[in-house]
Amino acid sequence: MRSVRVVWSGFVMNLKMLGTSSFFLLTSVVQPVIFATVAFYMFRSGGRSGTLLYAALGAGMMGVWSTTLFGSGGMIQWQRWQGTLELGVGAPPPMALVYLPFSLANAFTGMYALAATLVWGRVVFGVPLHFAHPLLFVLALVATVVSLGLMGLVLASTFILYRYANAMSNLLEYPVWVASGLVFSTSLLPGWTRPISWCLPPYWGVLAIRHAALGGETWRPLGMVAVLGLAAAAISIVTFRVFEHQARARATLSLT
Amino acid sequence: MSRHLRVFFVGGLISYRALFGFLSLWIFVPTLILTPIFQILLFAYIGRAAGARSDEFYVVGNAIQCSSVPCLFAMTQTIADERFYQTLGPILISPAGRLPVFLGRAVPVILNGAFVAAFALFAGGLILGVSFDGAAWARLVPVLCVATFSCTGLGLVNAALGLRIRETAVLSNVFVGLLLIFCGANVPLSALPAWMAEIGRGLPLTHAIEAARAVAAGGSLASVRGLLGRELLIGAIYSAAGFGLIRFLELQSRRHATLERA
Repeated sequence: MRSVRVVWSGFVMNLKMLGTSSFFLLTSVVQPVIFATVAFYMFRSGGRSGTLLYAALGAGMMGVWSTTLFGSGGMIQWQRWQGTLELGVGAPPPMALVYLPFSLANAFTGMYALAATLVWGRVVFGVPLHFAHPLLFVLALVATVVSLGLMGLVLASTFILYRYANAMSNLLEYPVWVASGLVFSTSLLPGWTRPISWCLPPYWGVLAIRHAALGGETWRPLGMVAVLGLAAAAISIVTFRVFEHQARARATLSLT
Repeated sequence: MSRHLRVFFVGGLISYRALFGFLSLWIFVPTLILTPIFQILLFAYIGRAAGARSDEFYVVGNAIQCSSVPCLFAMTQTIADERFYQTLGPILISPAGRLPVFLGRAVPVILNGAFVAAFALFAGGLILGVSFDGAAWARLVPVLCVATFSCTGLGLVNAALGLRIRETAVLSNVFVGLLLIFCGANVPLSALPAWMAEIGRGLPLTHAIEAARAVAAGGSLASVRGLLGRELLIGAIYSAAGFGLIRFLELQSRRHATLERA
């Protein structure tokens, strides 16, 4: 019960903090709309306007990944700047539990991205919003967001030891967009990249969301989203413990 | 005269080394070397999926568009970071002329932007199998320099806005995103609505990207001098506007005592 309270309080608190950040507003709403616009025009100029919903979903997922990534990268760094990292580490609950709600809130904010690109696509480009399986679509979206939040927790744990977390966030944004095939099929990528795609929750997440929206087999990718999310949770528990210990031992927790 | 030149070159270089936050290798490589390559790959693969244009179209367009990141952020940091370190006031009350102080800061930014674009062009092309011969490179390099000069002009406007707006990084990101849509890096102006194409023609990079595509395809520099001339003119207009805005907002900041707390 206490853990649930920690998660809920942290989740609400971080949502409020993110709501006041213009950077997050940019990442979760403006940037996905920009990418969606470029993708819409690219598909239109290629004569494939029928794939605009496909592009909107992909651009929205790009936003979900960006907010998760920058949120996770920034989570530790911002706490360092604000002088609250030591308080979080010193609190009785395990560090992974303290930061889980923050990571979930980051990913939840990413849902704004999908909403923004769908509304933008509908209003500006007339994209028809007819979902093949509406309930599955909601389920796939929630599962993907939670799974990405858990993956963000693993990333955040590594940033405990890394001074330039924001630069690492920059580095991971585009490669994951590419490897996950968010706006194109991964069959276009070289064959050797396929195993990389399989390890990424965004790959399975966008498949589940796409199939739920456009039609196709949804349960298998949804299952993979859940499996990878649980794996990320397990890994983050270990990495938080190890990296926290190392940071304490080297007295580098508050490095700036 | 020599004093102004010293402020322009030496002051510009020192300021760049002190204030460009991306200059650490740990930030420079992920942000300005690797990210542009993946940006090229992303749009080249979307282009393949959309059946829109050739890989060369996206390699050239995105390599040049990527230079907007260092150009916009670096120029902005010359104002925003001075304020952060509380050194903006001493600079503005120094006897050095404003023109060499602020324009001198633009020179390293232009060169760095050209390097970022050239590397992205080379590496992105290598990965996607788009190659340019030596003669094409000789024609491309001046085009890249003109592009980054022009974009740095927009950076100067952005820097000036930093005297009034707190979230300069957000503003820079918005400008980068707008350039992505409007400057024809991924969607040719002919495929955009007329009003968007008109906006694109008034922005930096648009004409340079068109010129770079032409010279990469074998055209001579003489054949694109009209495009380069327009790009230079746009860069000069943005630079003049940026400088004027800096002077205006500096006066406003002094008048309202807001120099250190935008």
